[in-house]
Amino acid sequence: MSSVPPTDDLDLGFVDRLVPAENAEDLYEHAPCGYLSTLPDGTIIKVNETLLAWMGYSRQELVGRVRFADLLSAGGRIYHETHYAPLLSMQGQVREIALDMVRRDGTRVPVLVNSILVQTEDGKPEVIRTSVFNATSRREYERELLRAREHAESSEARVRELAQTLQTSLMPPSLPDIAGLDLGAAYRPAGRGDEVGGDFYDVFQTGSDDWAVVIGDVCGKGAQAAVVTALVRYTARAAAIRSKRPSAVLNMVNDGLLQHGGERFCTALYLRVRTAGGKAPRITFASAGHPMPMQISGDSVSPVGEPGMLLGVVERPILSDSSLQLDPGEALFCYTDGLTEARRGEDLFGDERLVDLLRAKGGRGADEVAHTTVDEAVRFQDGVARDDIAAVVVAAPRI
Amino acid sequence: MDVIRRNNVSVSGRPDGQPMIFAHGFGCDQNMWRYVVPAFSDTYRIVLFDHVGAGGSDLSAYDRDRYGSLDGYATDVLEICEALDLREVVFVGHSVSSLIGVLAATREPDRFASLVLVGPSPCYIDDEGYTGGFSRADIEELLESLDSNYLGWSSAMAPVIMANGDRPELGEELTNSFCRTDPEIARHFARVTFLSDNRADLSRVRTPALVLQCSSDAIATVSVGRYVHEQIPGSEFVQLKATGHCPNLSAPDETVRAMKDFLAARAG
Repeated sequence: MSSVPPTDDLDLGFVDRLVPAENAEDLYEHAPCGYLSTLPDGTIIKVNETLLAWMGYSRQELVGRVRFADLLSAGGRIYHETHYAPLLSMQGQVREIALDMVRRDGTRVPVLVNSILVQTEDGKPEVIRTSVFNATSRREYERELLRAREHAESSEARVRELAQTLQTSLMPPSLPDIAGLDLGAAYRPAGRGDEVGGDFYDVFQTGSDDWAVVIGDVCGKGAQAAVVTALVRYTARAAAIRSKRPSAVLNMVNDGLLQHGGERFCTALYLRVRTAGGKAPRITFASAGHPMPMQISGDSVSPVGEPGMLLGVVERPILSDSSLQLDPGEALFCYTDGLTEARRGEDLFGDERLVDLLRAKGGRGADEVAHTTVDEAVRFQDGVARDDIAAVVVAAPRI
Repeated sequence: MDVIRRNNVSVSGRPDGQPMIFAHGFGCDQNMWRYVVPAFSDTYRIVLFDHVGAGGSDLSAYDRDRYGSLDGYATDVLEICEALDLREVVFVGHSVSSLIGVLAATREPDRFASLVLVGPSPCYIDDEGYTGGFSRADIEELLESLDSNYLGWSSAMAPVIMANGDRPELGEELTNSFCRTDPEIARHFARVTFLSDNRADLSRVRTPALVLQCSSDAIATVSVGRYVHEQIPGSEFVQLKATGHCPNLSAPDETVRAMKDFLAARAG
């Protein structure tokens, strides 16, 4: 704050000549804001020069003849009746209400209005005092802000739609119907789904009674991750024609990733599922740095297989194949780390919760198991997944 | 679904009294009835609620399809009646809620004993041979008013407002909280309110109805009030001395008197 000059330096005579002009009457009439007083029903009983000048009315035209709301635009009048008047009545004052007043010549003045309700001693409304601030430039600016917000919202909606379309294209639209096999899958993108995630899964046929199930997690998110996801998915499909051995297929995916360049690596679990002749499904699988699948057999739930190395990092990752057979009622639960690494504060969803959940629900249909576990992990995070979550369940139906 | 929580329903008054349910209009919340309710709480079982999207209602229950017409709001009223097992209901509706009451009473006529319609308008937009008082452009202007005034709404404030809307003593930052809600919802409710045309529903009312009309009302004019009265068979029409659109706030005594006269005549 600037300091007031010492009184000695002040020309007191000059001040004396100014002060009388700064009387209450003049302060009221020529204040830098409009003033108006109305009866509780809005009838104008007093108005200052400033407001008259803004509005182009004479005092006689307004006082006793016109209600405050009559000076507003039609939209403003509705706002006045539905918000302003009720608020004034309920809380004795209103502040910063944006309205448009209509001048005598029909043009508009955007204003900001504050009012207080003066009551008689026994609490009856007596007079409403209103101050009116011209807000022309402010309103312009606010309109720009609104337009910017609308623009941002529509861009966001477009991006989300794009992300969802892209995401959908990275997963099979539906799972194939395979005789002697019960398949289920669930996927939940991170956050509000406005970014393409790196999790994916795929199921495709490689021969008669011979199927491939892939689930994977490409590091990162967004368009770059989507490109790599598509690359991994289609390389795996192409590789599956050349080799039936899961570790060999994953090795070809690894080659594809390295040739593609860039810094993206990926974890993946590849399952070869054979269902020949109504026999129990036989599964051969290999993991490349991916969470081990859980084998569910009655009350017993345990991880199976060998971890293996990430894809897209080294030339010849160490990968090994494991085999198992699913007896009727047994299932293999494959998932991405978004599930077990779901977090609530410091608390991790973790393997133990997953095992408990699978122990309780693992005997249900494959699709139900997949959805229940993913939903549970999302609920654990209060409804907003921090990372993508995917789950695929391969089960041998009960006989 | 918990209807009571969804609509922030509060029940007071005489527990074994005839139920009287109050429905607020577009703009604010159940506080709109604060000066009228005390006159009835000795005799009636009072049910107050907020429409979904207003006041202390559960905003997450707001569904653009369900509340895309006044019918969705009427369904809520019927669900509240059902949840509290209300019968012989006196329905008191302000502004758009008087039409919500009309819709509810035509759907379940046995549920309602009488309707009090404060400042009703079945259609706000002018039509051939009908003067609603507004044009479509006027309503667009209202939506703009809503936009400019919601610059004061911030998502950070929303939980505070929602939690403390009924406790104005909590301070300055809660100013205007009675009439403040999520801007998207307010816009949508404004559209549904001011662009609805329920003229055809009036003649289907079989419940005794009172039309309470203010003398000078910028939202629902006297001629609109008379129209409602003429269309609802056997309805009563009372023109109040009060002006404006909210006699329940500006002239509670006169409003209460007119309601009591009407209800006494029904009972006698």
